[in-house]
Amino acid sequence: MGKRTAIVGFGQTYQRSSRKDVNGVELINEAVIAALADAELTIKDIDAVVIGNMDHFEGINYVDMWSVEGSGGVMKPIMKVTTGGTTGTTVAMCAYYHVASGMFDKVLAIGWEKNSESDTTGAIITAFDPIWERPNIGGAIAGLAVEASKYMDNYGITERDGARVAVRERLHALNNPYAHLHQEWMKGMEADKIVDLLVTSEQNQMLAYPLRMSDMCPRTDGAAAVIFASEDIAEKIAPIPAWVISTANRHNYVYLGDINWDANDTLEAASRKVFEKAGVKEPLKEIDICEIYLPYSYAGLKWMESIGFCGPGQGPRLVWDGVTDMDGELPVNPSGGVMSSNPIGATALLRVGEAAWQIMGKAGPRQVKKDVNLALATGFGGCNWADVMLLGKKRPS
Amino acid sequence: MSKMESENIYYEGRIKVPYKWYVGETGSRFFIALRDKKEIWGIRCPRCRKVYVPPVKNCWECFIPTKEWVRLKDTGTLESFTVVHYPNEVIPKKPPVVYGLIKIDGADGSLLHFVGDIDISELKTGMRVRAVFADERAGNILDIKHFAPIP
Ligand SMILES: [Zn+2]
Repeated sequence: MGKRTAIVGFGQTYQRSSRKDVNGVELINEAVIAALADAELTIKDIDAVVIGNMDHFEGINYVDMWSVEGSGGVMKPIMKVTTGGTTGTTVAMCAYYHVASGMFDKVLAIGWEKNSESDTTGAIITAFDPIWERPNIGGAIAGLAVEASKYMDNYGITERDGARVAVRERLHALNNPYAHLHQEWMKGMEADKIVDLLVTSEQNQMLAYPLRMSDMCPRTDGAAAVIFASEDIAEKIAPIPAWVISTANRHNYVYLGDINWDANDTLEAASRKVFEKAGVKEPLKEIDICEIYLPYSYAGLKWMESIGFCGPGQGPRLVWDGVTDMDGELPVNPSGGVMSSNPIGATALLRVGEAAWQIMGKAGPRQVKKDVNLALATGFGGCNWADVMLLGKKRPS
Repeated sequence: MSKMESENIYYEGRIKVPYKWYVGETGSRFFIALRDKKEIWGIRCPRCRKVYVPPVKNCWECFIPTKEWVRLKDTGTLESFTVVHYPNEVIPKKPPVVYGLIKIDGADGSLLHFVGDIDISELKTGMRVRAVFADERAGNILDIKHFAPIP
């Protein structure tokens, strides 16, 4: 059935709070050029382009056409895909489907955002139902805060537990020159000392209980591009391609109040499907690194449980024990993750690209110090939907 | 480089588009009861028996039409909450603003709404609340002003 497909190239811009020196098209171009260079390909080699962002962030509704000068998509098949926070993983899935179908050999997936060009909350609110939810919703932060508060109540989770996740993400980001947030003051400090500071500092403003500034992702300008190639050529392009082992997505949403807030049902179902297809039985043991879309700290506890890395309420234990640190059994987000860089339409594609680079051995100072055979990437969208993609070093049989 | 060469020019714009979103017959019936009688109604799925508030025309689990309207009380339980401390144009109140997921008695899901008339330090998951209706009601979700603790 279809063609085995691998990632053969990844490129990104430096993730920054505001890129005043380029317009959106030029920003996209920087990532595309970087990905082509990484794969040692030229734009002539690309058969099709999949691109996405969140329309309302820039007020551009036809990015597929608008961006051709930057994407290199002139007179090529282009498909625009936009699914909110998951956009990046969805463009990756769509590019994978293009290649796996056997209809295209080399497909370029692009995600980008210039968050600085508009009002993030104003744009995100358009993802909620205009009649039933927009009049009485507080934007993304409040929605996540409600989830965090429920999780804390269910399992007796503390603010220190949440802060420990934030500390991991920010410490990891110090190894990633592309990351947006570089909190140099944390360098060399013990994690629990930083946690103490974060939960007591008055400067660390409480935004929406229990979420403080340090619990949230930033708003970022940036772009990412990933090149997928078929089994016929992948190994000719890349010495170690990152094969797509399996992928799945799940949507489950009518109104916020109808969601089961005790779990992350979509992430759980998509992960189960991916592991079932790949034959993964013990995710914690079998997976070598993760790039998980964690828009806020408590997700790094609860969602680890949903993926199946530990049981309900055990997320904090995993994180405090250092299992998810760079030298742990399962390093999570060596890149610093979403909490260190969040160019929304590119955010989930960064997860895929970073996971691929860990397999390809190209992650530089953030490369984990162990053999990476399986790497997991996820995407999270607005009202709890999920994309999951598992990459591997071994060509699937 | 001269100053002129290093300046980053931007063009400022604002998109303001009017919309008219039709609620549909199912939602309209809910809003009419809320506006005219201060009543909260849910709708039940004939197969899984789930009661939806806000009402939905189709059960999204069973993928069949819901039909049976159920009159609900104006009381419920606070399932979770947050207190928003920052002001924002999309929030129609001054901070601190309390948002809650309220499970109305007899409903299966929760309703996301404001919690008011409360001392923030008394907020607690599981607390009982009652709907406070707006004096001037226009047939929308803000006809419920907020949910207040039941003393
Ligand atoms: Zn049903």
